[in-house]
Amino acid sequence: MPDISVRGLRKSYGSVHAVRDVSFDVGRGEIVGILGPNGSGKTTTVECLQGLRHADDGELSVLGLDPRTQVAEIRRRVGSQLQDSALPEKIKVVEAIRLFASVGGGSDVDRLLADWGLSAKRTAAFGSLSGGQRQRLFIALALVNRPQLVFLDEMTTGLDPAARHEAWRLIEQVRELGTTVVLVTHFLDEAERLCDRLVVIQHGVVSATGTPAELVARHGGGVSATFTADLDPADLAALPGVSAAGRRGRSVEVRGSAEALLHLGHTLVERGTLPTDLRIHQPTLEDAYFRLVGDRDDDVDADTPDEGAR
Amino acid sequence: MNVRPWVESARVELLLFVREPTTAIFALVMPVIFTVILSAVFGDTPDQNGEIFRGVGGSTYYAPAYIGLAAASVGVVILPTHLAGYRERGILRRLRAGGVPVTAVLLGQVAVALVLSAVGGVLVVLTAFASAEPAAAVDPWGVVVAGVVGALAFALIGLALGALLPTARAAQGAGILVWFLVLMLGGAGPPPEVLPDAMATVGDLTPLRPLITALQDPWFGNGWNVGMLGVLAAIGVAAWTVAAFRLSRD
Repeated sequence: MPDISVRGLRKSYGSVHAVRDVSFDVGRGEIVGILGPNGSGKTTTVECLQGLRHADDGELSVLGLDPRTQVAEIRRRVGSQLQDSALPEKIKVVEAIRLFASVGGGSDVDRLLADWGLSAKRTAAFGSLSGGQRQRLFIALALVNRPQLVFLDEMTTGLDPAARHEAWRLIEQVRELGTTVVLVTHFLDEAERLCDRLVVIQHGVVSATGTPAELVARHGGGVSATFTADLDPADLAALPGVSAAGRRGRSVEVRGSAEALLHLGHTLVERGTLPTDLRIHQPTLEDAYFRLVGDRDDDVDADTPDEGAR
Repeated sequence: MNVRPWVESARVELLLFVREPTTAIFALVMPVIFTVILSAVFGDTPDQNGEIFRGVGGSTYYAPAYIGLAAASVGVVILPTHLAGYRERGILRRLRAGGVPVTAVLLGQVAVALVLSAVGGVLVVLTAFASAEPAAAVDPWGVVVAGVVGALAFALIGLALGALLPTARAAQGAGILVWFLVLMLGGAGPPPEVLPDAMATVGDLTPLRPLITALQDPWFGNGWNVGMLGVLAAIGVAAWTVAAFRLSRD
């Protein structure tokens, strides 16, 4: 049985349909990334799964429990790092960790502080922490009770590049322990590096799912090779896997699958044409993502309402 | 049941208040200032026919009244600002998502309110005896019981206001407005006996009025006012219901 199963999730705020129809599964020990433009319904989806919001409709199961009725049990067993949340300005780091640890079976506070680079900030007030330190504290709090499942919503937002890489390394450690992770993120490099599978949500609907490699293969737009050579591109268009071949100025551009590259290379060598300026463009997750969602994060019609008055 | 989150929440809430003493100054100092000024203005000549100060002198009248005002200040100004700030900044959501029961956080704040109200009440009594010569309480335990019930009722009112008002700023603004109204009409400003009828009626409807009456009766030797204690308890239950309902919703 998967750790998370969502079927037909729906949630509106008044007349705004934040989530229209979202379905996906997350297996035990998987790291699943949830991608999508701002306001596409990612955060609402994970908040419904954590019982922080009440879904209007749909079948939800989290660790075999129903977030609408068994919320206390879910909160005990699930770790959570929320977007847009804070702690009291004057609470000390170690007090916050003890408070959150009091809910579960307890934890090695010193180890946790060391892992997340907070040992020196042990008795610092939350209000005095930098953005990155706050973010690291939130992740530490999400993991304090060694949850079976953890939700991380924009985990590395506000971290500098070194801290992001460090956070990735620690999440990989968390995975080694068999913890299931749901990662809501805007960073495609993060998704590609950490996630076993991705769920892309747009306008409150799942628009694509698959491993990062599958999404790239399906939506990345294929491989392209550009080089200068004195030959007729039409000769190359018939090669297996090639979808298009043409001339751009003095250069020849060939597009197609990975297989097309092998045939192209073979043909060039056979003809004794060895261009010195051969450039290959492999599609990345970013290419696939932008082809899926368009170039602009303009999904504002389903923006979630102000979280303030909660 | 795991009681540790409850103990930790109360501990953290107390520590946070101790670390931010400026917030408490309003509740602790204002009633003291009023006590000094009004005791000096009215002295303590007993009011023979009972038309103004319920048959006692001014400073005797105001000493128990300002014990009540200390509790009201904590309830309508300090607690709502604190709790609305927690909601506004996503602190409550964070704690809730971490499995810390919201009720534990609220009860921690109630505990803080009780401590602050007690300190405020003691300061008022010390100031009253230092600055004037009020008559001593006839039934001190009756005063203590009324003080505890009243402080609890106002703490719960504070939670209800903090749950309903959208931001810390709104809570502070509304709180100070309510505080002045309650102060002037509820019996801590001009005695209700001298207010015009309409104002006296509004004053009777403020929660401070039953608290002041419940504090004054044992102080003056009129015995416990069980009716007013009952009214305070009912107000407390109603306020808790409002707070719990509002905070349990999405």
